[in-house]
Amino acid sequence: MNYRIDIGLEVHVQLKTRSKMFCGCEVRVGAEPNTLVCPVCLGYPGAMPSMNGEAVRLTVRTGLMIGSTIDGFSKFDRKSYFYPDMPKNYQISQYDRPLCDGGAVLIGDGGVAKTVRIRRIHLEEDVAKNTHFAAASGVDFNRAGTPLMEIVTQPDMHSPEEAFAFLLALKQILQYADVSHCNLEEGNIRCDVNCSVRPEGQEALGTKTEHKNLNTFKGVLNALKVESERQIAVLNRGGKILQETRRWDADTGETAAMRSKEDAHDYRYFPEPDLMPVVLAPAEIEAWRAALPEMPAVRRARLVRDYGIPDYDAGVLVADKAVGDYFEAAAKLAPNAKLVSNWMMTEMLRLLGETERDIRTVPITPAALAALVCLTESRTINSNTAKDIFAELFEQGGDPEAIVRQRGLGQVSDASAIGMIVDEAIAENIKVFDDYRNGKVAAAKFIIGQVMKKSKGKADPQLVMKLLDARVAGG
Amino acid sequence: MKLNLSTLTVSDALAHMASGDFKSIDLVEALGAAIAVRDGELGAYVSVDLAGARAEAEAADRARAAGKAGRLCGIPIAIKDVLNVRGQPCTCASKILDGYVAPYDATAIARLRAEGAVFLGRTNMDEFAMGGSTENSAIKRTRNPRALDRVPGGSSGGSAAAVAGGLALAALGTDTGGSIRQPAAFCGCVGLKPSYGRVSRYGLTAFASSLDQIGPMTRTVRDAALLQEVLSGADPMDATCVETPVPPYAAQLTEDLRGMTLGVPAEYVVEGMDPAVAQAVQHAVERCRDLGARIVEVKLPHTMFAIATYYIIGTAEASANLARFDGVRYGLRATGATDPLDMYKRTRAAGFGPEVKRRIILGTYVLSSGYHDAYYLKAQKVRTLIRRDFEQAFASCDALLTPCTPTPAFRMGEKTQDPLQMYLGDIFTVTANLAGICGLSVPCGVAPGGLPIGLQILGPAMKEENILRVGHAYEVARGDQWLG
Repeated sequence: MNYRIDIGLEVHVQLKTRSKMFCGCEVRVGAEPNTLVCPVCLGYPGAMPSMNGEAVRLTVRTGLMIGSTIDGFSKFDRKSYFYPDMPKNYQISQYDRPLCDGGAVLIGDGGVAKTVRIRRIHLEEDVAKNTHFAAASGVDFNRAGTPLMEIVTQPDMHSPEEAFAFLLALKQILQYADVSHCNLEEGNIRCDVNCSVRPEGQEALGTKTEHKNLNTFKGVLNALKVESERQIAVLNRGGKILQETRRWDADTGETAAMRSKEDAHDYRYFPEPDLMPVVLAPAEIEAWRAALPEMPAVRRARLVRDYGIPDYDAGVLVADKAVGDYFEAAAKLAPNAKLVSNWMMTEMLRLLGETERDIRTVPITPAALAALVCLTESRTINSNTAKDIFAELFEQGGDPEAIVRQRGLGQVSDASAIGMIVDEAIAENIKVFDDYRNGKVAAAKFIIGQVMKKSKGKADPQLVMKLLDARVAGG
Repeated sequence: MKLNLSTLTVSDALAHMASGDFKSIDLVEALGAAIAVRDGELGAYVSVDLAGARAEAEAADRARAAGKAGRLCGIPIAIKDVLNVRGQPCTCASKILDGYVAPYDATAIARLRAEGAVFLGRTNMDEFAMGGSTENSAIKRTRNPRALDRVPGGSSGGSAAAVAGGLALAALGTDTGGSIRQPAAFCGCVGLKPSYGRVSRYGLTAFASSLDQIGPMTRTVRDAALLQEVLSGADPMDATCVETPVPPYAAQLTEDLRGMTLGVPAEYVVEGMDPAVAQAVQHAVERCRDLGARIVEVKLPHTMFAIATYYIIGTAEASANLARFDGVRYGLRATGATDPLDMYKRTRAAGFGPEVKRRIILGTYVLSSGYHDAYYLKAQKVRTLIRRDFEQAFASCDALLTPCTPTPAFRMGEKTQDPLQMYLGDIFTVTANLAGICGLSVPCGVAPGGLPIGLQILGPAMKEENILRVGHAYEVARGDQWLG
């Protein structure tokens, strides 16, 4: 029997704010445990939350990016459950009036576009981090209270690959909106994954299972592959899927039952009495809408139009907002945008990949790349020299023109200077020159090679060829 | 005549200190002596910090000498043990906060501190402010200073006993369903529950966040007005605290009630009410008429649902508010636990008393899936109706006059086995918390045996000036006849 897979995601995104959701503590990774804390984010007796307006703005901004409805009235609720990473043993979250309703994210690369509908986006506070030692466990509350945006999709993804593509597209939008650092290693994006399968043609969704807190996109992909295959195998055996929470073990590549539906929490939501509802004026929402950045798909089309680069190149360049920004900055300064794009598509992305670096932190500036393109375009340097200089700039930065000048790397285009070298080479290899004159085309290569050697690679090869031919013609 | 420093009013003490008759340190020493003599019997305080109070009094005296006296400079105040005062324990009269030391000042404390108040000690209460007799304290028993076999009321029973018993010039209490007004009535002092949002709750260990308020407990209405001026006002740390300007309450007090219309709600007469209470309140109403007020009858038709509504909303919020006491970060942590869940169970079983457990279970139940709509949601709707009752009543009058409690103080142990009877005693006070309005309890007579009776004056939200004016005019006309 053929099965259809239905996947829905809950994506938790840490927002890029200076302070926490409900107190003034700094949001920062890597500080000593329990140093970025106060009575509020530690859940001390008598402490009360004060709302971070910037977190509300960033959440609404995300909603506006994906076409959510923002009706301007929202409220917070308490979600109760006991766990040592929860300072108050309830989380301030949003139950029935999230900040953003609906919306959609487009996935698929160029060819088959597909829409994943978004159910809602709400705002809540992150929990602390537990660390387990040999004889005890420790709780670090530095993370507790970090603004956390939860994006809930409809079950619109029908393969693990689609879920993966959705996450890439969503991350791209979040980067474009500049609402999160989107650093997966630091847990900025974490997913709860819901998956069910049903026989092809069946209307109703199958019984779903959930995997919580997956913090890599590859993990989501692999867990979904294993889980959907497991569910299909169970049904094929005539078994039943149990509604449960399962744990994904990335090391063994297996999923295992963790908690059944019967053990599920009753969160006992009720309106947070310590906070007033969030009321946003239409003018404020409109001002935020007016300040939205370009969506990646729109930018891709614009790069093709404005810079005359192929659609494929544009797609690669906009995939990472910072790469796109870098390209545009360099292209504006260079005489030939296509050449800039070529450098980005080849050397830049190759080196970024090899060194696992972020384009925002590499020493080579967009201006330096543009200058390098100028030097090749004017044929001041040849392409091998340019590649060497690029590699050096990538590591150390600097001004390509200065490097060329200081080291005398400039291509020699002075006909009289090169003419002298050509004459020297002919004199030393008169027999080869005669072969060439008698029609042995390959012989020219040897002469040119000799000229390049004598000029230490600086001679313009095309000029050398021209001068050689002049000697043949001139007798 | 030699002054008895420990039974002065705040305003008299301020006047005396301003004219150099005595200093704050003298007040602290007098109160320290009174506490040493009498608190063994009364049990008003759970802890007294005389060394700290002396240091603060001396600082206040220096400030006064330097011409920098704040509005409460040198006034010793007792603080209910539910408010966070930096560097002091805050037990909430519970074993579960054993060892906890507050790392910060509640906003109300910071405001008193900024005006030069001296913090004398921490007063006893029902555990987590849950109760009406202070018998739910896990720390000690508190006696009513007017009748030692009687309860002082609660939950702010320690604060009421300290003020009425001459062990503090004034105190802070908190009121979630009557916890300032009822003990004030039982002990014969003045208690003001401000409107919801009038005083910042930041630093008040929450029982029911949508009902709790901090307020003054004093010997006179003028003193309550003086403290309330300092306590009131918006606070960035409490989003529910409103921006409404704070009037000069004390300066606006008058000795007549001309031009005021006072309502008497027909529903505030219940079965089992002590006739002495009904009679004393009736006399108080007549006296207000004599002072120039117009008296009208008003209707508050949803009053009968108030107790049920209160015990659903209050316990629901409490069940979440008290979830944080789990042994992880502060306070009691039970030993021998095998996993986190086991640690929670052992800690909470050992740390909470029976009434707190009862309310956490009730609150958890009314919020549970399947029961949420029938209880919590329905109670919220009834709450709206109760609020509307008051809005309609206040459309035609400036304040309402009611009894504060159906009976005077009951005997210790009399109701401990019957929580429902204890809950029903809150009938006249819970409505103000549900509606978010302000309420004042002023002594208006004594029942046989010398037991004080409280007149409750209810006012519209953010109209503390109305009830303080009525209370003051009545108090002046009444004279000192029943005060101890």
